[in-house]
Amino acid sequence: MTQPPILEMRHISKTFGAVRALKDVSLTVLQGELHALMGENGAGKSTLMKILSGAYVADPGGTVIIEGKPQNEAAGSVAVIYQELSLAPNLTVAENMFLGREIASRGVLDRAETLRRAEPILKRLGVHFDARTKVGDLSLGERQMVEIARALTTDARLIVMDEPTTSLSARETERLFEVIARLKAHGIAIIYISHRMEEVYALADRCSVLRDGVYIGTLDRAELSAQKLVSMMVGRDLDSFYKKEHIASPDHSGTPLMSVRDMSDGGLVKGCSFDLYRGEVLGIAGLVGSGRTELARLIYGADLRTSGTVAINGAEIDCSTPRAALAAGVAYLTEDRKKLGLFLDMSISDNVNVGVIERDAKPGGRLDFRAAARRANDAIKALAVKAPNAKMPVGGLSGGNQQKVLIARLLETRPKVVILDEPTRGVDVGAKSEIYKLIDGLARQGVGVIMISSELPEIIGVADRVLVMREGHIAGQVPSAPGQSISQEAIMELSTGTVTEAAGAREGATE
Amino acid sequence: MTDNKTGAPTSADASQRLRTVMSVVGMLPVLIVLAIVFEVMSGRFMSVNNISNVMQQASINIVLASGMTFVILTGGIDLSVGSILATSAMVAVIVSLIPEFGWLGVPAAMLVGLACGLANGILISALGLPPFIVTLGSLTAVRGIARLLGNDTTVFNSDLPFDVIGNGSLFGIPWLAIIAVAVVLISWFILKRTVLGTWIYATGGNPEAARLTGIKVPMVLLFVYGISGFFAGLGGAMAAARLYAANGLQLGQSYELDAIAAVILGGTSFVGGVGSIWGTLIGALIIAVLSNGLILIGVSDIWQYIVKGLVIIAAVALDRYRQTGART
Repeated sequence: MTQPPILEMRHISKTFGAVRALKDVSLTVLQGELHALMGENGAGKSTLMKILSGAYVADPGGTVIIEGKPQNEAAGSVAVIYQELSLAPNLTVAENMFLGREIASRGVLDRAETLRRAEPILKRLGVHFDARTKVGDLSLGERQMVEIARALTTDARLIVMDEPTTSLSARETERLFEVIARLKAHGIAIIYISHRMEEVYALADRCSVLRDGVYIGTLDRAELSAQKLVSMMVGRDLDSFYKKEHIASPDHSGTPLMSVRDMSDGGLVKGCSFDLYRGEVLGIAGLVGSGRTELARLIYGADLRTSGTVAINGAEIDCSTPRAALAAGVAYLTEDRKKLGLFLDMSISDNVNVGVIERDAKPGGRLDFRAAARRANDAIKALAVKAPNAKMPVGGLSGGNQQKVLIARLLETRPKVVILDEPTRGVDVGAKSEIYKLIDGLARQGVGVIMISSELPEIIGVADRVLVMREGHIAGQVPSAPGQSISQEAIMELSTGTVTEAAGAREGATE
Repeated sequence: MTDNKTGAPTSADASQRLRTVMSVVGMLPVLIVLAIVFEVMSGRFMSVNNISNVMQQASINIVLASGMTFVILTGGIDLSVGSILATSAMVAVIVSLIPEFGWLGVPAAMLVGLACGLANGILISALGLPPFIVTLGSLTAVRGIARLLGNDTTVFNSDLPFDVIGNGSLFGIPWLAIIAVAVVLISWFILKRTVLGTWIYATGGNPEAARLTGIKVPMVLLFVYGISGFFAGLGGAMAAARLYAANGLQLGQSYELDAIAAVILGGTSFVGGVGSIWGTLIGALIIAVLSNGLILIGVSDIWQYIVKGLVIIAAVALDRYRQTGART
């Protein structure tokens, strides 16, 4: 590399009160490279990026040099695209791209010039929407393209992408990767933060790892391996990452724990039937939009169904509302914990107890504070929630710890069947392995676990049997015969429709 | 985060405790400062007589604002409490004219209030109509009923059987104030000590999550609008007892705005899920102290409005500033 690096961060430390978020971190990013940044949640990635964008100021002693210039002279050459997109949905693509830097003469917007400048950038990205489209009409993936386009209007030479694929479908992710390749071809460097190993393998030229606010090291593309990355991130080897201690092929004779028959919602779910046995971990795979979440919500009574029944131990249950499903022993972990799961302003204790306070209550509907404190403290200990005490608002916890609190709430209801929808989304490696252990423990206790996941290695590692959904149907089951192993290829074939054994496999799924 | 295990929890603990104290204390400093200012400027504010006056003046608003606290905690609003108060007061006086059974005026007023509140609640919870629209409608409709009840005249009863509520006192404390404090205590108990209270906070904090957790959200909504109406009915009985009369047109006009102001001054979040009944009590007291103090120091009626409005805005602005970063 003869060119000077585009970014050099040297000896960056950052303390918040008594907490040292970063300790003497150095990071060098070369021109036109994709530099992956990995680490558990709370490792300091976001803090480092906020220092880079200027949102935080590093402690004295650290220097940030961008394109050979000190940070304050290089404004505009770094753009950060956050997980939560910051676009105005009521404005057009072009207006959003120049938001805050509108092209105007004497306060009057120059629409023609705005469009003229926006269009070549969109063309460069190869997107299929028009600069005049309202952002509200675009999909999440397309909105992300608008964010990237906005970054390009400032001639940014370095773009930071923080978990860009979290809410994208597989196709949108592919589009994003193409755009990333184009950006690199134009000499733009990218810092790419992700928890997904496959993405890092696919994209990264180099990968740096942070742990507990300390820089651990940088690997070149040739050195990248799961073993190495995981051990760098966690500080120990993770051969027990997907360790199953429950009996992986439970007894399929006799009455199933839960039988779902002919479940439909008149749209996204079309006549799904399957059985779940005691102590079994049943995976549900499929592309985003194949109806996995919708099926789970129907079983839990969160949405209205047009047909279908659910039976527990052979007896049909009422699952017309979540309340009824819970009473019958079915619990559901939502895929969107912040919007649909947690009460962010309420304490850990309240969040853990909210499903059982009615059961625990003393006469007259009075709260039993002693029972609540016991449950909350037990849950914090059992699930290793990192929090100073149970009175802390859940909104202040990291993603992994929030997820544990939500799982604790489900478990307090002592369910017979647990449906986990993307339980490890936005969760760091350490919390992931704890959640896997928890699933294993539930299965050992005889609970039936259904896990919906988009991460194939995860679903293969954790589930005993995998149902694959495609366009609202259960397209098939992997392994198709007991005793065979679950392969990633078989799942992909079923979910994309490369094989059409749907009819036979559907019968197989219900046995 | 290895650091977290050693040093951080204590400091996080301390700042969290400070925050808890702040959220409990809330607007209390503003109330104290106002009281001191008025005492210094008038020299009469802190007299036993005047304090008892302030408590009487605040009492009806405290009762209305307590009901409003339930509603706003769920992220809703009840604009109809002033009209419900007028209707209930009319009913209280009309029933009080029945020989022998005049005291039935109080429970009758409360039941009428409850019925109006439940009507709001059914429209909001069962039909899913927006609370602002529903209670805006009942603000007008219930006002009409109040006027209808007395054929648009003022009804009197100089021999009101329950006038002790409005003008009597127990050990020197006015009954109005005792009732207001009792309402605050009951509200506190429901909100902080019962399952229902937790459900109210949960519904306000995240309605969809509440439903998915198995909380009976429609029941919670029915309850909060019901209790808001019930307390407005009680307020109607209190107003009637104080005046020995009720007028369907004038009584309770814009009381809902004072109640909402008290709740917001008390730090309850307009979007729901955050707030406390003690804040509401302090908010209502601030409003009463302002009205009383401004009269004492001889500020004209017109300027009282302007000052009151500005103080409410300033106090809430101060609160926002103080709480920056507290919500995540």
